[in-house]
Amino acid sequence: MGLTEYFKSSGRAATLAATLLIGSAGALAAPDAAGGDPFPSTYRAAAAPPFAIVGATVLTGSGAEIPDAVVLVRAGVIEAVGAKLALPDGYAAVDGRGKWVTPGIIDAHSHLGVYPSPATPSHDDGNEAVAPNTAEVWAEHSVWPQDPKFRLARAGGVTSLMILPGSANLFGGRSVTLKNVPAVTVQGMKFPHAPYGLKMACGENPKRVYGAKGRSPATRMGNVAGYRKAWIDAADYARKWEKWEKDGRAGDPPRRDLQLETLAGVLRGEILVQNHCYRADEMVVMIDVAREFGYRIRAFHHANEAFKIAPLLAKEDICVATWANSWGAKMESLDGLEENAPMIDAAGGCAIIHSDDGLLIQRLNQEAGIAMTAANHAGLSIPRGEAIKWITANPARAMGIADRVGTLEPGKMADVVLWSADPFSVYALAERVWIDGVPVWDRADPRYQAPSDFLLGQPGQESSR
Amino acid sequence: MNRRLLALAAFALATSARAETIAIVDARLMTMAAAGEIERGTILIRDGCIVAIGPAVTVPAGTKVIDGRGGTVTPGFLQADSTLGAVEVSQVPASTDRATHSAAISAGFDLSLGLNPDSILLPVSRLAGITHAVATPLYDDRAGRDLQFAGQAAVIDLAQGPAMITRPRAAMVLEMGEGGAERAGGARAAAIVALKAALADVRHFASHRADYDRGKGRPQKLSRIDLEALIPVAEGRMPLIVKVDRASDIREIIALAREEKLRVILDGAEEGWRVATDIAAAGLPVIVDPLANLPRSFSELGATMENAARLHAAGVTVIIKTGSGTAHRARELRYGAGNAVAYGLPHDVAVAAITINPARVFGVADRVGSLEAGRLADLVLWNGDPLEPLSQPQAIFVEGAEKPLTARPLELRDRYLPRAP
Repeated sequence: MGLTEYFKSSGRAATLAATLLIGSAGALAAPDAAGGDPFPSTYRAAAAPPFAIVGATVLTGSGAEIPDAVVLVRAGVIEAVGAKLALPDGYAAVDGRGKWVTPGIIDAHSHLGVYPSPATPSHDDGNEAVAPNTAEVWAEHSVWPQDPKFRLARAGGVTSLMILPGSANLFGGRSVTLKNVPAVTVQGMKFPHAPYGLKMACGENPKRVYGAKGRSPATRMGNVAGYRKAWIDAADYARKWEKWEKDGRAGDPPRRDLQLETLAGVLRGEILVQNHCYRADEMVVMIDVAREFGYRIRAFHHANEAFKIAPLLAKEDICVATWANSWGAKMESLDGLEENAPMIDAAGGCAIIHSDDGLLIQRLNQEAGIAMTAANHAGLSIPRGEAIKWITANPARAMGIADRVGTLEPGKMADVVLWSADPFSVYALAERVWIDGVPVWDRADPRYQAPSDFLLGQPGQESSR
Repeated sequence: MNRRLLALAAFALATSARAETIAIVDARLMTMAAAGEIERGTILIRDGCIVAIGPAVTVPAGTKVIDGRGGTVTPGFLQADSTLGAVEVSQVPASTDRATHSAAISAGFDLSLGLNPDSILLPVSRLAGITHAVATPLYDDRAGRDLQFAGQAAVIDLAQGPAMITRPRAAMVLEMGEGGAERAGGARAAAIVALKAALADVRHFASHRADYDRGKGRPQKLSRIDLEALIPVAEGRMPLIVKVDRASDIREIIALAREEKLRVILDGAEEGWRVATDIAAAGLPVIVDPLANLPRSFSELGATMENAARLHAAGVTVIIKTGSGTAHRARELRYGAGNAVAYGLPHDVAVAAITINPARVFGVADRVGSLEAGRLADLVLWNGDPLEPLSQPQAIFVEGAEKPLTARPLELRDRYLPRAP
């Protein structure tokens, strides 16, 4: 069925959308031992009239670059994308001529809300650096929804983001995935039914933080011992719960332990490991630890040396979330390359450009452009349609939400950015941004530029950021 | 030819450049000089100097010709507020020389004396078109030892030769605003009083030097090394870089510069756009990070991407930087300038803000920063818009010598790139 045809049979659109939603992923809820998420998402997209972006060049996030295309959005989901689609009655037309459209940008590594602006000690809530294992903490309980950076990221086209605890600890705690919508509560931003992640950290940070306190880990071997001890405890905990379940829930359940509950969630495959790790050799040690205890690593973050083991990471199906430009702050990041992500991509792996930063999150498109250009200069052949995946489809995959966002495939949530120019250009600005088909940013309309409560009435707000 | 041979060939090229005649032909030339932008022209380089530039330059026989068709030539970029040459790995203290916590050396800390021309960061930055940097000292505050001044900045070149100092002691560095307040005991007013007191002490020292030599000077808070270093600042000969962001702090510095007759360069000035006409009237140049739009502190609540454009529109000389103490990420300089353009700064002004403007403000414009006869060949040929991530350098000359388009990360990349079948 062609796209035009598909669109005409609009009754089938919803059915197909539903099929796509159900068909492509497994368990997406974030259950714990007690069953269910105790802090459930309260985000519900507002109803929005259907619209069509007409005449733009579209990077679909699935690899294609379609010139002079039409993007149809209805009931908060992508209905169709293609060249030469007719504009149906009742759809508001958005003029996209000379402009570009991409899926909403997704940041797989952010500390917005947990390290907000202004950066006062009162707000410094990203690292529970009091013990090497704090798997019991949840980043969402530190998120300040009034962090002005959420709005700045929105103006950079960011529609979903994973907020992680910092990297001081071997086990930093749970991440939370947010829709980048204005909200008073973190529950009002939570991406419905997104899986949780567990932040783990290799290398210099944990051993520096705890070595300085005169306790373990003080070395890399101390780091690895710390992971293994924790997984032994977690496996034991998981067995007790399994036995209780198997015994028909007879008698008192085992006592809940928040730390072990999160680790057991990883062993059950419900919580995705997001592993801060720079060096290639350490990544391979972490892969062995994961194999020893029967869990999977979803993504290595920062991973400046991933290019040294690109085929292995592709084979292991572990994403690499990295930068183009950051290197050299530490010994473990000395070998950082602009071409890191594209070399992962060229090996068939899942490459991601992430921010880890309140400035870079506003320009992930440019960072991807830098990596793409460097790669093509090096003789790799990376078209725009591929490079856009590094900030859309691939982070969605690492975050376990690829069935709903990351591409402009029919049935996906209508998280869409209209760019003023080629999104890899330094001159491209996100003119309009939609989340679930609802406008959340419009560079020409102050109604969609509202700053956070914190900035209201503060000096110097009359210039747009 | 394998890559090693290519590298050797490039090296040979680099070392011989000074002795030959080279022409870059048929390129767009952003001269940053009176000639403005030349749509299609030629630059003739002899013995490392630009000898002719224009749309109709005759290329003599025997000249090595670089085809510039479709490309753009700019002067080499100058990275302000940089620590290039003073750092290898940021978190390895022994590999950094950016700051001191010595009790006796504050204003006297002369960064030009301890820089490393062999730093692997220099060729990385060069590939981003950067040929010079203002190596700028940082503060290394320790408990009980809060330095008033960070020290003296130097203009350096990125040629990796032994004589890397283009201009030593080019400016003194002082942080005011929140940072200055903290060092002065916790309040802005204390920092201003302390600065005035220091300047009075310096002037007294300068005019009573013989007394001090005889041990009869009045008591001084600053060390003799610091007093000596501050004399040119107090006399208005050496610029004073003042790091400051809040609009009211900028006003205080403008008043202080007028009263004390100081040559101030504002650095940061994230709320500078709010007092742009005052800055322009005082004639102070401003070093701006166009990407700094976060309300990171209560001094930066009005930070905006439009700062550079608004300052320029008010008549302020703008110098663009990216980040503070930038070294590893110096590559972002041209993208920062590009983003300033996206937020309203004219393109040619953005290029001036990373070439001729900092060259003038830091006193090296007689040698570099523009493309005109008599200047050193210090320039970059780009295969497109120099401010675009999508463009790459095709040829780089630093102070007359052509440099290879290589750097350690590229060697590392090539070691791990999949071999062609």
